[in-house]
Amino acid sequence: MEQNPDKTRRKVLISMTASVGAVGAAFAVTPFIASWNPSAKAKAMGAPVKVDISRIEVGQIIQVAWRKQPVFVVRHSQNALKSLVKVENKLADPNSISIEEPYRDLHPTRSKSNEYSVLAGVCTHLGCAPKYHPEVEPKPWDATWLGGFFCPCHGSMFDIVGRVFKGVPAPTNLKVPPHNFQGNTLTIGEDKT
Amino acid sequence: MDTIYKWFNERLPISNTFERHLSKHPVPKKVNFWYLFGALASVVLIVQILSGIWLMFGYENSEEGAFASVEYIMRDIDYGWLIRYMHTTGASMFFAVVYLHMFRGLLYGSYKKPRELVWIFGMSIYLIMMAEGFLGYVLPYGQMSYWGAQVIISLFGAIPYIGESLEIWIRGDYYISGSTISRFFALHVVALPLMLIALVFMHLVALHEVGAGNPEGIDIEKHLDDDGIPLDSVPFFPYKVLNALVGIGVFGTVFAIFMFFFPEGGGYFIEAPNFEEANPLSTPEHIAPVWYYSPYYSMLRAVPDKLGGFVVMAAAVAILFVVPWLDRSKVNSIRYKGIWSKIAILLFAVSFITLGYLGTVPVTEIRTLMSIICTIIYFSFFLLMPIYTSFEKTSVPPERL
Repeated sequence: MEQNPDKTRRKVLISMTASVGAVGAAFAVTPFIASWNPSAKAKAMGAPVKVDISRIEVGQIIQVAWRKQPVFVVRHSQNALKSLVKVENKLADPNSISIEEPYRDLHPTRSKSNEYSVLAGVCTHLGCAPKYHPEVEPKPWDATWLGGFFCPCHGSMFDIVGRVFKGVPAPTNLKVPPHNFQGNTLTIGEDKT
Repeated sequence: MDTIYKWFNERLPISNTFERHLSKHPVPKKVNFWYLFGALASVVLIVQILSGIWLMFGYENSEEGAFASVEYIMRDIDYGWLIRYMHTTGASMFFAVVYLHMFRGLLYGSYKKPRELVWIFGMSIYLIMMAEGFLGYVLPYGQMSYWGAQVIISLFGAIPYIGESLEIWIRGDYYISGSTISRFFALHVVALPLMLIALVFMHLVALHEVGAGNPEGIDIEKHLDDDGIPLDSVPFFPYKVLNALVGIGVFGTVFAIFMFFFPEGGGYFIEAPNFEEANPLSTPEHIAPVWYYSPYYSMLRAVPDKLGGFVVMAAAVAILFVVPWLDRSKVNSIRYKGIWSKIAILLFAVSFITLGYLGTVPVTEIRTLMSIICTIIYFSFFLLMPIYTSFEKTSVPPERL
């Protein structure tokens, strides 16, 4: 037995061994964590869907499933679109500054069309599907309701083109999924034809 | 027989362990009914493990099969309905006894020195139980399973920067799918129960090291007989075991009444929309958690901000862990604490129950306001504890039990 062990040398050796061990542990943990990522099969499931929009009446909404999530397609009347300005003082982010807006400044509908809105029907708060209430009439949640979406889960409100109100739990506007219009066919999940 | 026993005892610490932890383990001779809930919680844990294993015989952990397999258990397997309702009633009963057990701790200062670790292990058990209950609720893949999971997983999306990728990582998909169900299944039946059992073991090991408390909040170790055994104690076995059996009998009756006559617990144990298969395109009109999470859900709704709501909710659970260091009182038991502690714990209990109610009903303006007030009371109880417990006038507890 050595009588006076070199403490510094021992410390260096211990910390070196420990660091190499830690790197090894990080490598060992990686496959376990990565295996929780979406599988190749799950990634391949996001194919675009085609929708016939010719039968949507003015003011009507249809719900389409894309990646198993609801997508809202709303056909607006020109009057409703004109009234969008009136609701702007209630909105948190009327110009969608805080999110990635794919078709910014194209149309007031936020989509590639001047008549239809295409919105991900997933509340940006906690993922519920908001309900469409197009009526312009006093509602329990808003006495001066001008039509829009109301989320039954936590009371978030959006206008008819999915822009979020101030003072509600949802932080951002409803997302606009990539889409394109070709005559009466709307393709959701694909930008280009 | 004796030879066989001797053979084993020389190789395994049978009689040692039995004496140390049961027949010679001293516990306070006088406690009240509040001290039963720990034993009841361990009974429910066993019920949950057994009924859970039996449910696995019929359950299928896939997107297409999950809901149908639960219906199959309910209708086609002999006594399947009983085993399932035992498990669902057991979940609610587990939380009921654990909440009462925790409240006992707050009443009589069970967390105070030297029992801090007992409390922390207990709180960890509670935390794992909440995760366990959530994961289990998703497995039948009904409407509430789906939308409850959607809401809870989206909570992680509130975390800045990594939130969105964290959500995808948890689900293993871009939406709640078969991958989500199968990983929740593995966690619910293997990973978390293992952690739960380990934590319960540590909770008991730590408890046996420091000894059980009593409603007077006094240290029975101060007065010992000639053999060094506390004068105010009785051995755990047989005295407390027989005592607990009476409690278990009463509890078993309550359990059976719910299980046989009110298995859905009036919509609080199993919610009506969960008898409908998950539909990712349609959110139920009103989403409410089962009763044992609803106080925290109210807090989440009280904050009109996604990240803020998440932080408040997490803090509400986290703050429980540090209670041993918030209570500065000289005495342990509420019986000898001052008037401020008594008012505080009363307000706390009322606000927690009110939050629980509010979490199960749809939001209105007045209810949101009430949630905000109750959330403030909830946090004030803990945050002001160092102040009111150190300034108030306490009375002197007795020397002996």
